Amino acid sequence: MSDITRAEVCVAACADLFLGAGETLASPMGLIPSLGAKLARLTTEPGLLLSDGEAFLLTAESAVEGWLPYRKVFDVVAHGRRHVVMGANQVDRFGNQNISAIGDHARPTRQLLGFRGAPGNTINHRTSYWVPRHSPRVLVEAVDVVSGVGYDRAVGPFHDVHRVVTNLAVLDFATPDHSMRIVSAHPGVSVDEVRRQTSFPLVADGVTETRLPTGEELDLIRTRLDPHATRDREVPR
Amino acid sequence: MRDKRMTADEVVGGIEGGMTVGIGGWGSRRKPMTLVKALLRSGVTDLTVVTYGGPDAGLLCAAGKVRKLVYGFVSLDSIPYDPWFKRARETGAIEVLELDEGMLQTGLRAAGHRLPFLPIRAGLGSDVLRCAPELKTVRSPYDDGEELVAMPALKLDVALVHLNRADRHGNAQYLGPDPYFDDLFCLAADKRYVSCEQVVETFDGPPQTLLLNRMMVDGVVEAPGGAGFTSCVPDYGRDEALQREYASAATDLEQWPDFYERFLG
Repeated sequence: MSDITRAEVCVAACADLFLGAGETLASPMGLIPSLGAKLARLTTEPGLLLSDGEAFLLTAESAVEGWLPYRKVFDVVAHGRRHVVMGANQVDRFGNQNISAIGDHARPTRQLLGFRGAPGNTINHRTSYWVPRHSPRVLVEAVDVVSGVGYDRAVGPFHDVHRVVTNLAVLDFATPDHSMRIVSAHPGVSVDEVRRQTSFPLVADGVTETRLPTGEELDLIRTRLDPHATRDREVPR
Repeated sequence: MRDKRMTADEVVGGIEGGMTVGIGGWGSRRKPMTLVKALLRSGVTDLTVVTYGGPDAGLLCAAGKVRKLVYGFVSLDSIPYDPWFKRARETGAIEVLELDEGMLQTGLRAAGHRLPFLPIRAGLGSDVLRCAPELKTVRSPYDDGEELVAMPALKLDVALVHLNRADRHGNAQYLGPDPYFDDLFCLAADKRYVSCEQVVETFDGPPQTLLLNRMMVDGVVEAPGGAGFTSCVPDYGRDEALQREYASAATDLEQWPDFYERFLG
């Protein structure tokens, strides 16, 4: 299957984020994580709940199975049965994430979205990140503003930053001090390249190659979930 | 029963400099734009604006109406960033209280319940608290002893919201998929104004869609198209072309005066 694209590898890696999630609200931000969550529901995690991005929960066949306006999303955040996959303008060694501002928050050089739901998500339930362009400007030594809370600032009983999926690799925090570690590099990507594109030292013991999507997964991605290959715009071939 | 119908200018006539104004909707969805436009035309300045921010935030910043903005985010949804809000932040033109979006809801709820604060976990460990040292934590008095954010009440002088239908007495109905937080904005405010696509005698549709009742509303403005260019489904979707024009003019200031004049009409 030499024609498998990097985008398809990333979709499968995002699907794997939800392994074991069961009846949990999956809140993927961005195209590749959305395809990943839908793929997981069609394969390993049929119990996942998914929203239409507005206020309805939709089944895999696009029937409305629930009502989840923002106020009820906030209830789920506090209740905890949710796994969000957020984007990140910056993410650092301990999994702190910034979507608020570049520079000093009091007078930013670049204002971004704002804290949005990142502080509440990270303190309440499992959170992963999706980085479509892994570079030293995104994977930074320390974020300018802490929107999503990382392991060195974690408080409370429910903090759980799970993984970071990028266009180059899958990373997690399963190290003694919860600093970021390479779990797997995508096919065709070397550990050295992942390190060069990261501003801080990465733990890299026992790195494997990110798995390829199965034939069934490829078929679902290509014919059912994303027949027009919009995924190639988020992660170019 | 009282007939609370009034004009947008009459609503804005009751807003004074220095007041705190809450604006309903979410991002670029169901914003009370007719009321915002009336505010833009007025001489009022020095406002504290509380919003799940969309173009309402950008436009009020553009017009120099805002002293302080209280928000969880500012976004145009289909366009990630609002250029006027970015400029206001990057030039230091406004003070801000930037919150987690759940904290904003909790602050409105505390105000609506006449409580000084409500506890929430969101904010702990993040820079929300570092950037806003006025926000305090509180320790659970029970055996768990957990430290939580004591989100202070976000009391509003005025709430401005836009719904699909209302009657002349102030009962009001949303017909789209999401009520957003318009009822909480009204409960948190001293004076509450709803604009609507249509004033009706009686309501069609399930009673659960009647989000506001007349004890939550002081004035009703009939304003067809009154959320445009933001969305007000099912009456209309977002006017993406006009929103792109707004964002483009807000980015290139040479275009701005012409756009702004046409936009205010």
